[in-house]
Amino acid sequence: MSTEKQFFTISVYTENNIGLLNRISAIFQRRHVNIESLNTSPSEIEGVSKFTIVVSMTEVNIKKIIGQIEKQVEVIKAYYHNDDETIYQISGLFKIKSELLFEEPQIQNIIKESYARIVTVNTNFFVLEKSGRKQELVDLHEKLSVFGIMQYTRSGRIAVTKEEMKISTLLETYNN
Amino acid sequence: METQTIKNKETSKKATERISGSEAIVRCLIEEDIKIIYGYPGGAIMPVYDELYKYQDKIHHVLTRHEQGATHSAQGFARISGKVGVAIATSGPGATNLITGIADAQIDSTPMVCITGQVPSHLLGSDAFQETDIVGISTPVTKWNCQVTKAADIPAALAKAFYIARSGRPGPVLVDITKDAQFEEFDFSYEKCTKVRSYVPVPKTNVKSIEAAAKLINEAKKPFVVWGQGVILSEAEEAFKAVIEKAGIPSAWTILGASAIPTKHPLNVGMVGMHGNYAPNVLTNECDVLIAIGMRFDDRVTGKLDEYATQAKVIHFEIDPSEVDKNVKTDVAVLGDAKASLEAILPLINENSHTEWCQKFADLYAIEYEKVIKNDIHPTKEGLTMGEVINQINIESKGEAAIVSDVGQHQMIACRYAEFNKTKSNITSGGLGTMGFGLPAAIGAKMAAPDREVVSISGDGGYQMTIQELGTIFQQKAAVKVVVLNNEFLGMVRQWQQLFFDKRYASTEMTNPNFVAIAEGYYIKAKKVTKREELAAAVKEMMESKEAYFLEVCVEKEGNVFPMVPSGASVSDVRLE
Ligand SMILES: Cc1ncc(C[n+]2csc(CCOP(=O)(O)OP(=O)(O)O)c2C)c(N)n1
Repeated sequence: MSTEKQFFTISVYTENNIGLLNRISAIFQRRHVNIESLNTSPSEIEGVSKFTIVVSMTEVNIKKIIGQIEKQVEVIKAYYHNDDETIYQISGLFKIKSELLFEEPQIQNIIKESYARIVTVNTNFFVLEKSGRKQELVDLHEKLSVFGIMQYTRSGRIAVTKEEMKISTLLETYNN
Repeated sequence: METQTIKNKETSKKATERISGSEAIVRCLIEEDIKIIYGYPGGAIMPVYDELYKYQDKIHHVLTRHEQGATHSAQGFARISGKVGVAIATSGPGATNLITGIADAQIDSTPMVCITGQVPSHLLGSDAFQETDIVGISTPVTKWNCQVTKAADIPAALAKAFYIARSGRPGPVLVDITKDAQFEEFDFSYEKCTKVRSYVPVPKTNVKSIEAAAKLINEAKKPFVVWGQGVILSEAEEAFKAVIEKAGIPSAWTILGASAIPTKHPLNVGMVGMHGNYAPNVLTNECDVLIAIGMRFDDRVTGKLDEYATQAKVIHFEIDPSEVDKNVKTDVAVLGDAKASLEAILPLINENSHTEWCQKFADLYAIEYEKVIKNDIHPTKEGLTMGEVINQINIESKGEAAIVSDVGQHQMIACRYAEFNKTKSNITSGGLGTMGFGLPAAIGAKMAAPDREVVSISGDGGYQMTIQELGTIFQQKAAVKVVVLNNEFLGMVRQWQQLFFDKRYASTEMTNPNFVAIAEGYYIKAKKVTKREELAAAVKEMMESKEAYFLEVCVEKEGNVFPMVPSGASVSDVRLE
């Protein structure tokens, strides 16, 4: 097992309960692991939530963390995967002065080439949305910075795995 | 552990009744067969106390003198009975005072349910008087916790709490209940919880792992068992004894594993770890198969990890999958309940005696006896030793007493020398090492097992951390025997200062009060012993007393506990002096 640090995406399926976020984040805190990003949302199963957590650590340690997460009463199952085993995206929003859209023809090209989407335009500003890999967002940010960005924000990673995560089957065994 | 949904017929047949949330809380406790609870009242839990007044004949509430005392008493109760201990407190300071005991119960896997009152729900989050986020505060130290803001949710929350606390690897849970939920009326009915979706208290045992473990044990030339509290928690004592006797394996215990088999059992080779016995520590690094049963390789047990039993194949019997490979890499992990696993492996293992290997333990014991034990329990030089006091208690109790120790040198000495014939007899704070644990824990133990002799052993330091519980002893007429080994020092810290900080005794010397007068102030019979000649008679008088009894023994001021594995050293570098 690799003892080198690498990026892992952790998927945690849980009951939808108040307080679990605290319990899960405390596990990382105790081991001094910095969470790169964290996203929580409903999952494909009704009433079941999914946490997607990105961390950089060794495989030996992530196994231990997964064990601690699964130990929590309301956690149904936790998995970890490397980047090759997942399909993942993040999303970014850029707020930019409206006048630039007309005065700087370059910007129009950047938008087109980066496949970004204009979400809204008004007299003061327009908002660009771009989903993709982190590097694509970093590149876009760099290109737009030249003109000035009023606000920028990026979401946590969301991911699905290439291999199946058999939560429904697992829940069935719990129900019996 | 039963995990099927079995409708509790009796309760589900009962017609529902309209009662208040606070009455429901008490009724839930009755449904869970709780007869004793420990606690302290206050504004946010008063409705519950009012109901306890009404149900006095069913539930005995013990007013401790501090909420920490309530949790430790509940722990002592749980540890000796194997049942869930219950502690209750009001919101804010009452709730935060529970935390030390909860943390202690969490790391020592003690089943406990704590119920706290909370400010009315419309005030939550407003910094109201005595509001504190106890759910947030207790999250890292509970197995599970929740807040209830509606009366109708109380029965399910408490049923779940009891189930989680006692099932699988036991632990503390906390249920925080707002005051409005305590007042609100609803249609009460109770159904015991037998399952929580997503929670697997006992992992499935893989038959292959049992076979693999048996094969390793059968092929071993120098097998060695280290067992922990898991053996006691799963009530696997008989199966455990059968396995080690059949295979002839020398076996040592972690501090919380003590008493699972009798001290004098020929295969019981003593305690492992920092102040453990010489032979098991040294031979850990010589065995070829290390069989860990219901223990978690705490660093006080393993010493330097990368030099711990590296030559051995490791088998780990464990109920909590996250403990496997956490500290020590295993070759075979047998997941599951220790009792079931040991019963399953028994027919697969061969009879053996490992005479030569066992002799090695005996030889090293002889060295330890000459260098340490003899001087500890039969000293000839001036100054009473802690060891001779424990020895005297052994003589009077004949190994039948439950020994509840606090934390420090006296704890290590008590665990090393106390004699146990019965399981669940060594009650001490292992993982957290909580000073102040001993006295209140002894109260809980005595109340859970009134027929047993319960002896609490504390140092002068830890004793003063919860000394107020003498009031509880007096009020409850709990016939606890309280021994304080007074060395006028925070002995264990002083020992480290002596050995590793050039004898710079910074803030470890204690000027102590008149302990006898304090005990007498609480109307408890008391005696102080300063000379060897007085010891035997005083211990005898204490043990024969039908009531609580306080005995202070002034021991040598700078006695040390050996053997010792200095922290960070390898267990085989254990020092005898
Ligand atoms: C609540 C708490 N505070 C501090 C410590 C650190 N500590 C461990 S042992 C010890 C000294 C104990 O002294 P005493 O109770 O007199 O017992 P002795 O070691 O002398 O037998 C201290 C301060 C602790 N374990 N628990």
